[in-house]
Amino acid sequence: MVGERSSVNVAARRPARKPRPARIKYNRREALAGYLFISPWIVGFVVFMLGAMAYSLVISFSRYNLATNVARPAGTSNYARLFDDPKVATSLANTLFYAIMAVPLEICVALGLALLLNRVGRGAGFFRTVYYLPKMTPSVATAAVFLLLLNGNTGAINQALGFVGISGPQWLIDPAWVKPSIVLMTLWGVSGTMVIFLAALKSVPKDLYEVADLDGAGPVRKFFYITVPMISGAIFFNVIVLTIAALQVFDQAYLLFWRDQTSSSPEASLFYGIYLFQQAFREFNFGFASAMAWVLFVLILLISLVQVRIGNRFVYYEGEKR
Amino acid sequence: MATTRAQPAGTELSSPTPAPEAATDVGRTRSRRKTRPPRAQAARLLLWALLVVVSAAFLYPLVWLIAASLKPRAEVFDNALIPRTFSPENYVQVWDQLPLGHWVANSFVIAILAATLVTFSSAMIAFGFAYFRFPGRNLLFGLVLATMMLPGAVTMVPQYLIWKNLGVLGTWIPLFGMNLFGSAFYIFLQRQFFLGLPRELFEAARIDGASYFGLFRRIALPLSIPSLVVIFIFEFQASWNNLQSALIYLNAGSVEGFTAPLGIAYAMTKYSPTNGGQGDYQYVMVATLLITLPMLILFAFGQRHFIEGVATEGRKG
Repeated sequence: MVGERSSVNVAARRPARKPRPARIKYNRREALAGYLFISPWIVGFVVFMLGAMAYSLVISFSRYNLATNVARPAGTSNYARLFDDPKVATSLANTLFYAIMAVPLEICVALGLALLLNRVGRGAGFFRTVYYLPKMTPSVATAAVFLLLLNGNTGAINQALGFVGISGPQWLIDPAWVKPSIVLMTLWGVSGTMVIFLAALKSVPKDLYEVADLDGAGPVRKFFYITVPMISGAIFFNVIVLTIAALQVFDQAYLLFWRDQTSSSPEASLFYGIYLFQQAFREFNFGFASAMAWVLFVLILLISLVQVRIGNRFVYYEGEKR
Repeated sequence: MATTRAQPAGTELSSPTPAPEAATDVGRTRSRRKTRPPRAQAARLLLWALLVVVSAAFLYPLVWLIAASLKPRAEVFDNALIPRTFSPENYVQVWDQLPLGHWVANSFVIAILAATLVTFSSAMIAFGFAYFRFPGRNLLFGLVLATMMLPGAVTMVPQYLIWKNLGVLGTWIPLFGMNLFGSAFYIFLQRQFFLGLPRELFEAARIDGASYFGLFRRIALPLSIPSLVVIFIFEFQASWNNLQSALIYLNAGSVEGFTAPLGIAYAMTKYSPTNGGQGDYQYVMVATLLITLPMLILFAFGQRHFIEGVATEGRKG
């Protein structure tokens, strides 16, 4: 994957450690056909990815008039507004708070379930199917059901809590419980993450556990000294993917709180993705929305980079093929 | 594996195992059973109890949904898993209450178009990356993988404006048009599959005078139907569940033009008492169940594909 150019530079400075691969002679017809086959992707990439990102960057420095389709340069005013608009800070804080709560819980629950399933042997297929069903349920269906399950007065969740003597909160109204409500819904659909963990657990060589048994290691030590390092790649992948998803949380928040533009708990349920959507497609402030999108992009990039830096220290890749 | 197995065999000397050539794991379970049988039993019981409890938690909302869809208005909120009064007429009335038929049909057509387009475009692009040698191939494929990390929020606004400038707002094209250009994860999956096909197959066909496109259409595609099916059902699900695009591109139009997810979102608000509705949530529940059902059927047929596909997604990381 590494570009050929860099290896050329290195080779020029010091005698090549590895023999440089001989220049491949490309067959012109074959190369041309190859480009033709991938041309749809190239068009999509140039127009809808690169083009869109460049366009977005331009718009973020402009005032976009939807009626006339004209973007007038507006300097950095959109970015300046990010700091003036208190809702940006609120939504960002809500989103980060949600991510910090959701991601570790999702990882723990998914890993716990995967460990359970990994131990069953026979019957694992059945339970795996059951656990996977929520993942097949459309987010809007999940929300429609949880809207009623989480109802503070009549919902089944508070009813169940009542049986054990806890009077449940007003999940969907009390600002303190807005994020836990969404986390709960997310956890219901955690099986995708679980399946990735399960696949990783299955690929851990059994011998390692046998050796550890002989050394007298208990289950806890085996978990932390064998299982966790051996599946660190999967943990790392899931953390990154779930973090990116959490920072863009939209569907559940929209369906539970923002369907009709007003929310029962407008402060606590205003997530970054919601505010961005509102600014873009309800207020048609495309310039401001684009500035918000770029801030989110940079934020996601930074967080991912930090995670990669930390991850590289801990992640063990079998065979180090990368 | 053989070498590590041999090592513990020596330590078996201390245990009174009559057959030293027995596999180590047999010896291990036997010795454990001998020292603490009740604990192992209890652990096993606990494991199964946990599995059942978790299953109940995962199934409960779905069972609740089925029950609620069969209840009259006054009982929807009573949380009984077996309705006290059965009200199957909900399933008849819902069609008059909500343009559910339109929604399902719209979603179905869009999902079929989206899945068909992305399957073929991704397969074609993947074949380009898998079979042909051309300058910059690895760099370009790296870019394909990199686009998987691009958050959708960044391109949401400009893509809307691109579609607007192309004059297709108000049509369904923005909901599946992107699929013409392939999708990174599917390209990755399909490329892996093509790389597994023996190259001699293609060389032989070339000698027989097949064109490059012939290789793709006559050999690569027919051989990869299983993995094409995986891509198709993945994208069908993604399109069927897609709320955000529908909100962006269809919300301004007529209610009949909604997709299923947008329709449910609309129905959730329509019957909400705070919105002047009557609280007829039984209809929302019926509609919700009916739009979930196709996904459950899809899962029943393609279960293995879904689970393996997701596991692959993890492995590439």
